[in-house]
Amino acid sequence: MHEIPVSIEVNARERRALLEPRATLADFLREACGLTGTHLACEHGVCGACTVLLDGAAVRSCLIFAVQADGQSVTTVEGLTPEDGTLNRVQQAFWNNHGLQCGFCTPGFIVSVEALLRDNPHPSDEEIREGLSGNLCRCTGYQGIINAVREAAGN
Amino acid sequence: MKPAQFEYHAPTSTLEAVTLLKNHVDEAKVIAGGQSLVPMLALRIARFEHLIDLNRIEELRGIRLEGDTLVVGALTRQSSAEHSELVARHVPLLHRALPKIGHFQIRNRGTIGGSIAHADPASELPCVALCLGATMTLVGPNGSRTVDASDFFISIWQSSAEPDEILSHVAFPVATGTSGFAIEEFALRAGDFAIAGVSCAVTLDSDRRVARASIAFMGMGPTPLRAHEAESALVGTRADAVDCAATARLAVEATTPGDDVHASAAYRTRIAASLAATALRRALEEADNA
Repeated sequence: MHEIPVSIEVNARERRALLEPRATLADFLREACGLTGTHLACEHGVCGACTVLLDGAAVRSCLIFAVQADGQSVTTVEGLTPEDGTLNRVQQAFWNNHGLQCGFCTPGFIVSVEALLRDNPHPSDEEIREGLSGNLCRCTGYQGIINAVREAAGN
Repeated sequence: MKPAQFEYHAPTSTLEAVTLLKNHVDEAKVIAGGQSLVPMLALRIARFEHLIDLNRIEELRGIRLEGDTLVVGALTRQSSAEHSELVARHVPLLHRALPKIGHFQIRNRGTIGGSIAHADPASELPCVALCLGATMTLVGPNGSRTVDASDFFISIWQSSAEPDEILSHVAFPVATGTSGFAIEEFALRAGDFAIAGVSCAVTLDSDRRVARASIAFMGMGPTPLRAHEAESALVGTRADAVDCAATARLAVEATTPGDDVHASAAYRTRIAASLAATALRRALEEADNA
C-alpha cells in the first residue's frame, strides 16, 4: 500500500512524514514525531488517553487518520508544558491533589482539562464531571482528578 | 494502527466525491467525523478498500435559515451546532439533544450528517430528525433527492441512501407557534449510548389543546420509532389535562426493544415509559407556558 506525504504543525513546529493512510494521528505523533506523551490505550475512541488539540479543539487522535490532519495544527501534552521542565498549572494541580497514580491516562486528562478550562474558566462541579467524562482512569480514582480541576480553576 | 489497509481520497467538492463513490461503489465508504466509523474500522467490524474523506468539502458545512427550515450542512460539526444561536433559537430540540452525544471531544469531530447517515437507532440525532420530521437531501450520480426522516431509517446502521449517494444536508422544521420540546434519556454513564431515550415535540392551538404531537424513541428497536397511536390520542386534549403516564404507556407499545448485556427488553420498556412521561410533561409545560 502506497504511502502519502503528510505535513502537520505540531507544537508550533512543522513535521513531515510519509505514512500509510491507515496510520492514525496518534501513530504520527508517537512514531514519526517521537512525541510519546500522547498515549494509546484502547485505540477505538473510548478511553481518551490520546486526546490532543487539533486546530485548538480537543479530539481523540486515535479516531483521526494522520492524512486527514494534513495542513492542520496539533498541540500535544508536550506543547502544553513549559520548556524549562516545570509543570504547568493543570499538571501542578494534578500533582498536588493525587490526580495521578500510574500516570497512563494523565496526558489525555491534562489536554482535556486545558480545553475545558479555556472554554469555561470556572466550571461547576457538574461541569467538571461532565468535562472529565470522556477520559477513563483505571487506578487513581476520579476524586483526586476532580479536586485537581477545582484547584486549577481556582474554585 | 489497527484498521486494515485502504486507499485514501480527499475530494474538495460534492461532485468529485460522488464521482469517486460511483467509481468504487462496492468497495468504498465516505468518512465525515469518523467517530463511529473509525472504531468500526479499528475493531474490523467494517473494512473498505477506499475511504472518501468529506472533510475538505466546504460546501457541506454551515447552518442557514431557509424559509421555515433550518438547513444544516452534513459536515457541520456537532460542537458547532451545539453552540449555534440559529439552532438554539429555531430548533430547540436539536439544541438540547446535542450535548447528550458522547463527550465534548467526540462532538468536536463528529458531524450532524455523519450521525444521521450512520443511522444508529440508539443515537440522538436520528431520533430528533424523526421526531421533528426533518428531511435529508442525498446527492448521487443522477442528481439530488430529498427523503423524509420517516422513510430514511431502514434498520440498524441502514438508511435509504443508495450506495452511491452522499448526504449533503439536513433540513429541520423551525419551531413555530405555541410549542414545547423535550429529550430524555437514561445511560449508565455520561456519554454512553442510552439504554433508552425519547424526544417529544408538541404544538398547542389557541385553546391550549394539543394540535400536533410527536413522540420518538431511541434504542427501542432497529430504528428510531414514532409512537403514532399515542400521538393521535393526544390531539385535541388540553395541555394541562393530559395523562402523561398513561400516554407514555400507550407510546411504548409502538416499540420493539431487544435484550442485550446492558438491559432486558422489559427493563428498557419500563425505562422508556418513565422517560416518555417526563419528556411529554416537560414539552407540554413548555408549550403551555409559551
